Amino acid sequence: MSEARKVDLTRIRPYGDILDDGAVQLSFTLPVPAGPEAQEAAKQLVRKMGLDEPVVSYMHDLGVGYTFFVVFGKCTHTVDFTTIEVPRAEVRVMSFEECNRTIREHIGRKITVVGAATGTDAHTVGLDAIMNMKGYNGAYGLERYPEIVAINMGSQVPNEKLVAKAIETNADAILVSQVVTQRNVHIPNLTQLVELVEAEGLRDRVVLICGGPRITHELAAELGYDAGFGPGTLPSEVASFIVQEMVRRGLK
Amino acid sequence: MRTGVLQVDEKKVARARVAARNITAEIQKFIDGHTTTTTERTVLRLFGIDGVNEDNAPLPNIVVDNIVAGGGLSRGAAYWLANAMLYHGLSAQEVAEAVARRSIDLCRVPRRDDGEVRSLIDRMAAEACHRITDNRVGRAERIARLGQGQHPWLYVIVASGNIYEDVIQAKAAVKAGADIIAVIRTTGQSLLDFVPYGVEEGFGGTPATQENFRIMRRALDEVSEEVGRYIRQVNYCSGLCMPEIAAMGALERLDMMLNDSMYGILFRDINPERTFIDQYFSRIINGYAGIIINTGEDNYMTTDDPIKAGHTVLASQFINEAFAFRSGLSEEQMGLGHVFQINPDYEDGFLYELAQAQLTREIFPNAPLKYMPPTKYMTGNIFKGHIYNGLHNLAGVLTGQSIILVGMLAEAVHTPYMHERYLSIENARYVLNNARHLADEIVFRPDGKIAKRANEILTAAHDMLLEVEKIGLFEAIARGMFAGVKRPRHGGKGREGVFAKAKDYYNPFIGLMLGGREGGDGE
Repeated sequence: MSEARKVDLTRIRPYGDILDDGAVQLSFTLPVPAGPEAQEAAKQLVRKMGLDEPVVSYMHDLGVGYTFFVVFGKCTHTVDFTTIEVPRAEVRVMSFEECNRTIREHIGRKITVVGAATGTDAHTVGLDAIMNMKGYNGAYGLERYPEIVAINMGSQVPNEKLVAKAIETNADAILVSQVVTQRNVHIPNLTQLVELVEAEGLRDRVVLICGGPRITHELAAELGYDAGFGPGTLPSEVASFIVQEMVRRGLK
Repeated sequence: MRTGVLQVDEKKVARARVAARNITAEIQKFIDGHTTTTTERTVLRLFGIDGVNEDNAPLPNIVVDNIVAGGGLSRGAAYWLANAMLYHGLSAQEVAEAVARRSIDLCRVPRRDDGEVRSLIDRMAAEACHRITDNRVGRAERIARLGQGQHPWLYVIVASGNIYEDVIQAKAAVKAGADIIAVIRTTGQSLLDFVPYGVEEGFGGTPATQENFRIMRRALDEVSEEVGRYIRQVNYCSGLCMPEIAAMGALERLDMMLNDSMYGILFRDINPERTFIDQYFSRIINGYAGIIINTGEDNYMTTDDPIKAGHTVLASQFINEAFAFRSGLSEEQMGLGHVFQINPDYEDGFLYELAQAQLTREIFPNAPLKYMPPTKYMTGNIFKGHIYNGLHNLAGVLTGQSIILVGMLAEAVHTPYMHERYLSIENARYVLNNARHLADEIVFRPDGKIAKRANEILTAAHDMLLEVEKIGLFEAIARGMFAGVKRPRHGGKGREGVFAKAKDYYNPFIGLMLGGREGGDGE
């Protein structure tokens, strides 16, 4: 073979070191003690996952009748990459300067953004990364934007308080952060916020955004938000979205 | 423990300590003149009042609310309870149940002789103290018989939401090598102005209830016997019920408590006055119960930058230490917190981590320092995360930390799976064992980056404390000098639970547990 084979985008599968080898590594625990039977159970399970030629490279008894496995296998399934569509927030990421300039030129006043981690959520890491002066990974947070008034209400804020603050400050955008998603506790909380915003007649006037490690744009849109941002989002993406959405809707 | 490695300016260290003592003296004056609803509920719990009414409201809350409604809390709950016990000939629990049924209104019960009331209070308090002393002795006996892990102890968290699942996870962690098990609390429990009762389930953690404490204690005692070393249990003495959790922990023989003097103010927006009063009584109980407290300075580095604000951690440690002395805690009980949190892309970041960790070790030589793992820059790339945690472990063993909170490779993804805890403990054990005596072989260049950085941090912390000494701690917090978070003295949650003490206020435990050292700085 003189050259590498071409990728068939209608049938992609995992890659180890040869195209289409399907190589996958996985690790998991089974609630049985270690031994030949446990090893066989792990292999059978991995085959049921659609992985051929399972190899248990490591098995370790965790001491309470549970066993940890590292297993390699070859995936038999393929995916048609050409037909995939993922909804995402439509945003052209603008630089810090461009964002501020766009606000000055197209909105003509400072815009106000209110953010909080609502409900019982005590985590502010994501919210702080977007809003605080220092931002995240070298990208300035919204507080640093001269054309943005950023109000970070912190954690465990009831939805009612967040909405009241938005009304009080005449906010243009509301950011809500949800880190704890165990047992889907974030869904009713995010839904309630949308309902409150609508009940207060704010929905047309504000850009409503949620974010968090388990938040996708698709989920956010489904719940009635304008955008949802996942992990690794930079403040500039959020700022760009707010500004572009305001311009698009003609909010001044 | 190796100290003197960095050759820090001892005069600055001494002056910083004096500043912290002065700063806390000012706050202590305020504390001594006030009590809180949770402080009084704690007194009732120590007298044995427990349980809930048909609406699940805890009896300690019902009793204190009754005294507040009658306008009597400034005298302390102990007085009203004992008075009613004498008048009606009932036990403490029976009085509480009668109050819950509305058949006793405490402030309207005819008054008995003050001396008689006082002696009943003192008798009940002595009994409660006996129970706690028994636990302290019981712990010491178990440690003497079973032994314990060598430092640094490995501390892991379980957080399934269900205490029985937590028990399985905890036992597996101990088998893997953990020395300390923390049951993380349910998201939001810190803002409840009551302690839930019974076996409760939660999410994001497991509710701190006395029954859940008991279940985990039993499990850890069992597994201690199996592995032949004493396993410590931790919970969270923070939020709106700091002293109540301390009492529950003291009664159920917990060994460590998260118990910071300012955490609730900064990170839970709890009223500063409330927190200072609450932390005082909670720490008195922890001190008496032989519990190691953990402070939360690591949190500053999630909201602030470790390179720019590393000194705020040190300044806060001085303050936490000074408050702890005032509550009767010994240095050996002060698990001051700090963290490995510098951006991993930062050149020589590891050197700066060593500087802060070694500096902390040298300034607090007898404290069981608690070294927290990276969280802020954990990305979900579990493979890089595993190495990142390995460097945290290396810094920990190299600088003689006492307690290492073992970083989990899936940090930022979910609460740990059983095998993630095993892999992370294995990582820690490998590094700690492999580099056990590396520190003995190394000196830091006096003119090198590490020594220079350490002295910069010390100078900045010293200067900051002198500034706080001038303006006062309430004002410093209001200005956002800690964690970059601004908290005004009269803002935040729970201020309605603060009451000025009357002249005849009496809480027997403050005197009993401090052994006559109240009002002092403990040094």
